[in-house]
Amino acid sequence: MEERAVRKLIENVRVGKLPRRSFVQKMVALGISAPMASMMLMHAGIAQVVNAPVYKPAKRGGGGALKVLWWQGATLLQPHFAAGTKDQEGSRIFYEPLAVWDNEGNLVPILAAEIPTRANGGLSADGKSVLWKLKKGVTWHDGQPFTADDCVFTWEFARDPATAAVTSGIYKDVKVEKVDSHTIRVNYSRATPFWATAFVAAEGMIIPKHLFAPYIGGKSREAPNNLKPIGTGPYKFVDFKPGDIVRGEIYNNYHMPNRPFFDSIEMKGGGDAASAARAVLQTGEYDYAWNLQVEDEVLKRMEAGGKGRTHIIPSGDIEFIQVNPTDPVAEVDGERSSIKTKHFAFTEPAVRQALGLLADRKGIQEFIYGRTGIATSNFVNNPPRFRSPNTKWEFNIDKANQLLDGAGWKRGADGVREKGGKKMKFVLQTSVNGIRQKEQAVIKQACQKAGIDLELKSITAAVFFSSDVANPDTYGKFYCDLQMYTTTMTQPDAERFMDQYLTKEVSSKANKWQGRNICRWQNAEYDRIYAQGEGELDPVKRAALFIQLNDMVVNDGVVIPLISRPRVRGAALNLVTTLSGWDLDFGQLQNWYREA
Amino acid sequence: MGSYLLRRLLVALPSVLGISVVLFTVLALAPGDPFEELATNPNVPAEVRAMLRIKFGLDDPIWQRYFRWLGAMLQGDWGFSFISRVDVDKLILQRVPVTLAVIGASQLLALLIALPVGIYSAAKPYSWFDRIASTLAFVGFSLPTFFTGLLLILLFSIKLDWLPFVFRSDISETGAQWWWQQLRQSIMPVMVLGLFQGASWTRYVRSAMLDVIRLDYVTTARSKGLKERVVVMKHVVRNALIPVVTLVALQMPAVFGGAIITEQIFRIPGIGSLLIDAILRNDTPVIMAVTFVFACLVILFNLIADLLYGWLDPRISYR
Repeated sequence: MEERAVRKLIENVRVGKLPRRSFVQKMVALGISAPMASMMLMHAGIAQVVNAPVYKPAKRGGGGALKVLWWQGATLLQPHFAAGTKDQEGSRIFYEPLAVWDNEGNLVPILAAEIPTRANGGLSADGKSVLWKLKKGVTWHDGQPFTADDCVFTWEFARDPATAAVTSGIYKDVKVEKVDSHTIRVNYSRATPFWATAFVAAEGMIIPKHLFAPYIGGKSREAPNNLKPIGTGPYKFVDFKPGDIVRGEIYNNYHMPNRPFFDSIEMKGGGDAASAARAVLQTGEYDYAWNLQVEDEVLKRMEAGGKGRTHIIPSGDIEFIQVNPTDPVAEVDGERSSIKTKHFAFTEPAVRQALGLLADRKGIQEFIYGRTGIATSNFVNNPPRFRSPNTKWEFNIDKANQLLDGAGWKRGADGVREKGGKKMKFVLQTSVNGIRQKEQAVIKQACQKAGIDLELKSITAAVFFSSDVANPDTYGKFYCDLQMYTTTMTQPDAERFMDQYLTKEVSSKANKWQGRNICRWQNAEYDRIYAQGEGELDPVKRAALFIQLNDMVVNDGVVIPLISRPRVRGAALNLVTTLSGWDLDFGQLQNWYREA
Repeated sequence: MGSYLLRRLLVALPSVLGISVVLFTVLALAPGDPFEELATNPNVPAEVRAMLRIKFGLDDPIWQRYFRWLGAMLQGDWGFSFISRVDVDKLILQRVPVTLAVIGASQLLALLIALPVGIYSAAKPYSWFDRIASTLAFVGFSLPTFFTGLLLILLFSIKLDWLPFVFRSDISETGAQWWWQQLRQSIMPVMVLGLFQGASWTRYVRSAMLDVIRLDYVTTARSKGLKERVVVMKHVVRNALIPVVTLVALQMPAVFGGAIITEQIFRIPGIGSLLIDAILRNDTPVIMAVTFVFACLVILFNLIADLLYGWLDPRISYR
């Protein structure tokens, strides 16, 4: 969609002809995340209308215990050392950032008094600084007041290379200065279109200066508060056993009135997704379970028990197939799948197109994923009501056959196509996972009908998703023809997501296969447009550029997007949660309550 | 016996050291980086990972790391987990009570089943009781624990809703209520493990008893006019149990190792699940500490088993 068309849509929102929600959904259909769409509107001066979540309880406490199951248990409770979302969720019970993302992509203030906008002077015209006003009257769990000093300290703590904080990527390029006791200014070195990174969401949790100050730099691992967090959150720390359990109790001086509802919270770890689903949906032993990677059929059967139900939350995660443009067998300079080689079949656009036609997304969605997956043609998400005008998917075995015939791949005596003496025998690899193995079988069947012989390979997830330099089966190495997995959008901004196709990010031996461009796609035009998008301050122009990038990748056939994967959570029937696909599950934990 | 004991202890020390060297080398050479989860996270810059590796001394040569580890171990510092940034001994101690309670109870249950059933089967071989017991024993140790665990969960938790199936190590009630809740949640895992173990021990007890029961002195005892019960319990069982005692003693280290599969199914925070998590995440200090303690316990219990055997059976002499 062109920039002009997008601007017209924004104008329609401003004058009230187009509901804000519809605009966001249209943008999401084109591949722009909801938060980015929301930022576009904010930039245009259209105030965000945050529908405050319904919160019925009229007093604090009295709700009993909230028991949640995370089948990957939290192993540490310091948000700036968190190795994965499980640790971030565990920390989020106690710590809070300035603002979080809600499901519509709006920013919701938590420790901030209000969200900075151009209208209230929070955002500077040149896009280089943001002024945050902090909430007054907030106290840490030990009674000390929360002030701007804590924000500045968090920034210094995270950016210090000696601390080795995992969040340092965000904080090392900004400068935070204290304006007064409850105001800070975040300065960027250059115009930053997506400014809501520092102090926002999972990487933005603020730690208390008065407790962490003696433990900066190299001594950061010795801080006792790494294991006994003191934050500003709705629950105070009680107990922590790494990998097993996190416990908190109600904080009576929490800064939002009538919250939290529950008197205590218990986050239990371990086990697997299916038994977690059982514990919430069938036996009601637990109130909430995270990430139910279970087939929808099974979930439906469990829900029939009437104790709980599944929540499906749209997010940016996408299950897709990568097509290797290099040769996975030939070894060049000690590495296979080197960019110096070419694949004998996949360098032909007709072959890639044919492969795209052989993915039965509808079948996979209906019979395997059910509610937990949505067929898509975009690399960056796609709700079912809107079809993107630029990309579309099709499942057509005959057409695939025609394309391959036309490209000179003739069927041999055994039914497998060949050209120039090389047969179309490919290896499709993925992780060990009931759902994935079924997907593989569906694709293999379709390929067989088109004369392509697929060998299916599955690797245990702990190995496939690792970055072992010595192991040939990691997804970074891509030592096969095709591979399939879900790539997660860890941040609402598409910039960090689309860097997966830059030439400079190509995964190879030189960078220990840690480059983000695993499918080894190289395209100068893509690099150019991406660089443009990085520096583009106008969010509408930027969005148009990212739409273009999405289309390039998909239309070239180097990736075959299959299923947009929303988050699947299980909750007790009477539990009211505020879940968002763009932030942590616990992003608005203070609003959770149980209906009578 | 004193000199025998001393000799064994002297031999044990180098064995323990040798084991630690092998363990350490294998772990050091195995591919796998405890910070690889960070590697796939685009928000974490490469310098942070490099910094973490330097901090934990992962880039030093193997022998240097080994001696550093050994020195620390001897001083009582068991190391620092890479993943949870907690002292390893604290991690292990958190899990020991639960492991001992659940796994220990299951071993006890196994004994309580195996002894009476095995003795009675041997006393009346090929009777109905013996045949049924043997069949059940075969079935018992043929069915894997993950299968019986799931069966029990489906029956008692889901169908009947009698028992909870997620183990909670922090029950808030106290006193009698605490014991009741603990019983309710432990009964299934203990049964799963106990029955499995008990099945194989039953057969062992039975065959040990049969070996002894046909010896001449038993016939003598019977012909002396002693009651059958006295003959069996006082003369046969005592002698038949000698090999069984050694078998049980050798099984004791397994209590420490936990039962990985059962712990996964029931979400029991035991040492087995700690070990498997640490292996999957390449958390070397935890793996070293747990396997090293396990190795020491094996050596210790081997020694105890040998001593017990010699003490119980006067025919054995120490040389």
